[in-house]
Amino acid sequence: MTQNTQAAPLLKVSDIHVYYGAIHAIKGISLEVNDGEIVTLIGANGAGKSTTLNTIAGLLKPRQGTIALNGVPIQGVGASRMVSKGLALCPEGRRIFQQMTVKENLEMGAYSRPAAEIAGSLEEMFQRFPRLKEREKQVAGTLSGGEQQMLAMARALMSRPRLLMLDEPSMGLAPILVEQIFSIITELHGSGVTVLLVEQNAQMALQVADRAYVMETGLITMQGDASDLLHNDAVQKAYLGS
Amino acid sequence: MIFLDNLINGISLGSIYAIIALGYTMVYGIAKMLNFAHGDVIMVGAYVAFCGLQYWGLPPVAAILVSMAVCTVLGVTIEGLAYRPLRQAASLAVLITAIGMSYLLQNLALMIWGANPKSFPRTFINSSIINIGQLNVSSATLITILANVVIMVALTLFTAKTKLGKAMRCVSEDRGAAELMGIHVNRTISFTFAIGSALAAIAGVLLCSSYPILQPTTGSMPGIKAFTAAVFGGIGSIPGAMLGGILLGVIEIFGKAYISTELGDAIVFAVLIVVLLVKPSGLLGKPMREKV
Ligand SMILES: Nc1ncnc2c1ncn2[C@@H]1O[C@H](COP(=O)(O)OP(=O)(O)OP(=O)(O)O)[C@@H](O)[C@H]1O
Ligand SMILES: [Mg+2]
Repeated sequence: MTQNTQAAPLLKVSDIHVYYGAIHAIKGISLEVNDGEIVTLIGANGAGKSTTLNTIAGLLKPRQGTIALNGVPIQGVGASRMVSKGLALCPEGRRIFQQMTVKENLEMGAYSRPAAEIAGSLEEMFQRFPRLKEREKQVAGTLSGGEQQMLAMARALMSRPRLLMLDEPSMGLAPILVEQIFSIITELHGSGVTVLLVEQNAQMALQVADRAYVMETGLITMQGDASDLLHNDAVQKAYLGS
Repeated sequence: MIFLDNLINGISLGSIYAIIALGYTMVYGIAKMLNFAHGDVIMVGAYVAFCGLQYWGLPPVAAILVSMAVCTVLGVTIEGLAYRPLRQAASLAVLITAIGMSYLLQNLALMIWGANPKSFPRTFINSSIINIGQLNVSSATLITILANVVIMVALTLFTAKTKLGKAMRCVSEDRGAAELMGIHVNRTISFTFAIGSALAAIAGVLLCSSYPILQPTTGSMPGIKAFTAAVFGGIGSIPGAMLGGILLGVIEIFGKAYISTELGDAIVFAVLIVVLLVKPSGLLGKPMREKV
């Protein structure tokens, strides 16, 4: 075990099965994310992308299979202990705390970090997302959709994750905002954050990602370099609408 | 001056309702359940304080502190043993468990302290009458109102400013998102039960200082009325519990004084029904927000 932790991928999911009651939502999938990569997970509605991310984040428990972060098993640990292990999920539908202010939301993102470090990270986020600085004291529920997405991403970054998981960050946004979100993802990548990205917008996702997995009804049906999948006929037919 | 006397008595009774209502509203906000055993925790608190004063020879402040400690442990235990295993269960199952817990506490009290009503000692708040101008106010009344104000200010600051208080607000808004922040949801819920139950002990002592008859069912009616007050003010809202409690107390006392002693309680509930027809989320309650 110990001799090759150096080479172990940052995240390694091996043959996990996830159920909602009797519904078998994830039927044994495996995937890896290496340090410094952007990996994307694409697939149709209901394929099980969110279920996969929620399971990695510890909100759901796999009935079978293992999830390892840096070679250490983390399945069944529970979501509230994940952040301090360096894993952050920006969930589908943003799920910011609507009744709290922008600043409070960001502070909650750093809940597991020492209080002394928070001010510095807040400054960093305000630099990256100047819109949030302007609206620091505003109640988050009154932000526009795009601003809420920025806030959700910034909140996840406040924990200084090694691996940032984003579940459909471009959902419901105007094209110009989608561009902006993707350029932020590229920037984050540039500053050394590893990203696991779930997207409906397969075109954009495949353009920014290094590698990709395609999911269909609880299984991974294709995987490879993002640029290869971008030009793959089957992928183009199913997800790129051409 | 009878009007002002009634008003002050109403505010005092309402302050007791408000302190109890806080327990209902905070637990509802965070655990999304109605803890119907809350009223009976008040009764246990009053009995423990009674024992402290009567049998163990404790000074009044020590009796209250012991009572708060016992209720805190009791509340956290009830949550851990009875409610936590049902966290994913249907809300009806939780409700029935809470009602069962309420009867369990009443019957345990019956076993331990017997059915005969106890007369709560006057040593804690000896109801001396204080004259302010032409007003005659008992010290119990004044202390009750004062306690309520202090508790409200402290709780408001706590939820607004402290890390734990903010974690409570997160859990009440979105449990899953709170977990993703690294907040331990179960611990936060336990903590909320602890606060609510400690407040119940205070409410029990205040209640029995003004209405000194103590028996195993002592907590039921004030519990139901405080629950009503919480709904009236907007369940889940801390200022709502305060406003609802005080209005309820004032309406009850005025109803009894000017309309009918027998119908006092009925009037209270009639007002509640009207308010809920006009504003279903209660006076200060937030309307249910659709997820975007
Ligand atoms: N809470 C739940 N209870 C029962 N079934 C669920 C639940 N959540 C998801 N499912 C089912 O699990 C399957 C996978 O859902 P999931 O949300 O993971 O899909 P997705 O790929 O994220 O879809 P989308 O692109 O629409 O977000 C679907 O068939 C869905 O109906
Ligand atoms: Mg999804």
